[in-house]
Amino acid sequence: MKFSDFVAVDAIRSDIDADNKPAVIREMAEALVEAGKIPPGELEGIVKAIMKREDLGSTGIGRGVAVPHTKHPSVDRLVGTVAVSRKGIEFESLDGEPVQLFFLLVSPPDRPGDHLRALENISRQLRDDEFCRRLKAAQTPAEIEHLLEEADHHGFVS
Amino acid sequence: MSQETISREVVVGIEQGLHARPADLLAREARKWQSRIELVGKAQRVDGKSILDLLTLAAEAGTRLVVEATGPDAREAVEAIGGLFDRNFTDQHNSQNNNQTNDTASGGRRQS
Repeated sequence: MKFSDFVAVDAIRSDIDADNKPAVIREMAEALVEAGKIPPGELEGIVKAIMKREDLGSTGIGRGVAVPHTKHPSVDRLVGTVAVSRKGIEFESLDGEPVQLFFLLVSPPDRPGDHLRALENISRQLRDDEFCRRLKAAQTPAEIEHLLEEADHHGFVS
Repeated sequence: MSQETISREVVVGIEQGLHARPADLLAREARKWQSRIELVGKAQRVDGKSILDLLTLAAEAGTRLVVEATGPDAREAVEAIGGLFDRNFTDQHNSQNNNQTNDTASGGRRQS
């Protein structure tokens, strides 16, 4: 699976305002609503479900990356978005580091394989230091989109 | 110091596959041991102590993997990690996957 298979480019955000976990999750979910990827009426339910998942254990998987996610019946295919926080947000990460790169995923309940393949793609690409560094430094959503495209087409070689 | 290598096959019994939370539990368990611990899938071999690596397995329900440990505590490490799979990763946290009838036997030690 590629980034372009699940990342809604209109919902990509660079330099988000949020400075805490619930706020960043809400900001990203709102971006998906604005991009027309999730119905406005489902926003609260989705934010709540993602927070509930975080309560089971942080999705801050280290290296300044978090993958907040949930299954939700309001989507019929996997949708996701990417956000970058310039300053980093405390996310109770596994390595204790603040998180700068967020990949938020909402998947249909009956498609666990797609969710796994999205996680596979994200984690494989983010093992690359150069890709991580450039994403964190991205100034605009267009720049983030371009980096994701580059990763989809060529991968990054460290 | 013994540098014994121990391995055993496990099967992913979790309905949603080896997703973020079980990968986290697995990496946490693996980091308790001195031995080098790797998970071997069909196409790749990854570091069992790295959640990022584990997620790249994209191991769906039913996937067979081999847990391989090399080092002074290899035997105990493989036993502990194998146990996580056997119990469907359910005993450490409440699981949304309330799967009581896990088919643990298929991943057991009978494999040669």
